[in-house]
Amino acid sequence: MYELFKNLGGWLTSGAQWSGPDGIAHRLAEHLQYSLLATLVAAVIGLPVGLLIGHTGRGAFLAINLASFGRALPTVGLVVLVFLASGLSMWPVYVALVALAVPSIVTNTYAGMTAVDPDVKDVARGQGMRGHQVLFQVELPLALPLIMTGLRLALIQVVATATIAAYVSFGGLGRYVFDGLAQRDLVQVLGGAVLVAAVAIALDLALSGVQRLLFRHRPAQHA
Amino acid sequence: MIQFDAVHKRFPNGTTAVHDLSLHMPEGGVTVLVGSSGCGKTTTLRMINRMVDPTSGTIEVGGKDITRQDAAELRRSIGYVIQQSGLFPHRTVLDNIATVPLLLGHGRRRARARAAELLETVGLSADSGRRYPHQLSGGQQQRVGVARALAADPPVLLMDEPFGAVDPVVRTQLQDELLRLQKELSKTIVFVTHDIDEAVRLGDQIAVFRTGGHLVQCASPTELLARPADDFVADFLGAERGLKLLSLKTLADVPQGPAPEGGAWTLVLDEARRPLHWASASDGAEVPVRPLRDADSLLSALNESVAAPTGLVARVDADGVLTGVTSRDDVHTHAGRAHTEARVAA
Repeated sequence: MYELFKNLGGWLTSGAQWSGPDGIAHRLAEHLQYSLLATLVAAVIGLPVGLLIGHTGRGAFLAINLASFGRALPTVGLVVLVFLASGLSMWPVYVALVALAVPSIVTNTYAGMTAVDPDVKDVARGQGMRGHQVLFQVELPLALPLIMTGLRLALIQVVATATIAAYVSFGGLGRYVFDGLAQRDLVQVLGGAVLVAAVAIALDLALSGVQRLLFRHRPAQHA
Repeated sequence: MIQFDAVHKRFPNGTTAVHDLSLHMPEGGVTVLVGSSGCGKTTTLRMINRMVDPTSGTIEVGGKDITRQDAAELRRSIGYVIQQSGLFPHRTVLDNIATVPLLLGHGRRRARARAAELLETVGLSADSGRRYPHQLSGGQQQRVGVARALAADPPVLLMDEPFGAVDPVVRTQLQDELLRLQKELSKTIVFVTHDIDEAVRLGDQIAVFRTGGHLVQCASPTELLARPADDFVADFLGAERGLKLLSLKTLADVPQGPAPEGGAWTLVLDEARRPLHWASASDGAEVPVRPLRDADSLLSALNESVAAPTGLVARVDADGVLTGVTSRDDVHTHAGRAHTEARVAA
């Protein structure tokens, strides 16, 4: 056991392991690229949907159930399915990661919108704001803490799951996990897993820090 | 200024909120809508700025049918204050007040300058403008709500139980402030409350609603208290409505005489002849005195005449200097006369 951790420490800290096309730095960059792009696409899809159903109060039942359905989809199954349809490309990876991220974004955005005090929305209309002004000047800013929580959760899930890119022969930190498994190299498997977990935790902490800073003026129940 | 003609409101679930309402709310006056919950008073108020549209009938504001105007523009020309203040929690107090001027495109600098001016008008310090609503007390938040409603200087102000959620002491302060503001600004105010004392205090006319959206009586406070239209109104006004009427009459016409000397009780004055307390000649006991000015109500005189050991009400001028005393009999006579006059006038 001790030997294993010593080897893992050596693997993670050796200069040679960090450089080159198969080095940690390059794999980390690939991993972040997949994760950020997938989360961004998911946000472009999920945010408008969440805002719309939250603002109008219509279609919430359908959207929330679709989101739960999306959450229940096995990611690996989805990768294989799209892989069979599209052949060898990044499509299976992105489709699976986006499908994973959209539900968190939609449900949190919707939850943020419904948590806005109805009195505040009423008085916004009563002051003479039009529908889009109520949405962008009142509802969106007030829902923003929860919306950002949704984006953060989505990004963390995607980072943790982006290892599947290696499953269909692409890069990212998953490379170490899958290669290590194939080569029966436990140190490499553990090294990959530790890196993925570290990236996810680091992003989570950084983003919660940003949220706390942005919403420091908000009363406690909104933060 | 505001005219309801045969206005009917039925909600999709079948309940009638307002039943065949015709009502005039005069310019520069305070019209108070009272009634128990579910009587349609809030719906009536919300129809004026088209937060609710009537099922049938017409509503005119300033001679114009409101359904012919754009709803958002109409609302910008009407001040709106609600119970829980409804302030935007993500905006500073100053930006909250500047809401409507900004919607009207007045420009940020001008809107902020106007907002700063209004902070003072509603009795808030200049530095509270930089704070966020949750950092203020309930009473202060309500003041900000009033300032926001006044920001674009609208001729009409709608107030939906604005002081319902603050404690009684703060409520009285806010009512005083509103009366002071109204003296300066002469807005046409529509005020919803379920507190009859608040209605009597603030209203130039009071409209009493009954469940089902029926307007039962609309009259001046004096007329309402002297001649309630039916048992429902009488019950709503309460058993002390005779005393409430006295709260509307001042002491100005009630005669006064010189303070007694050498009796069982003496009124002790300070060197500026301001009353301090009643002192007993036999055992030196002291009973506090609450001197009254001409502008004080007949009700407070009645109270003082019962509380004072001699039954005498100490009268003072604006500086608090004793001008004379009024007997319990004189207070009673005038209280009775006030009722007779109110009945005859009504």
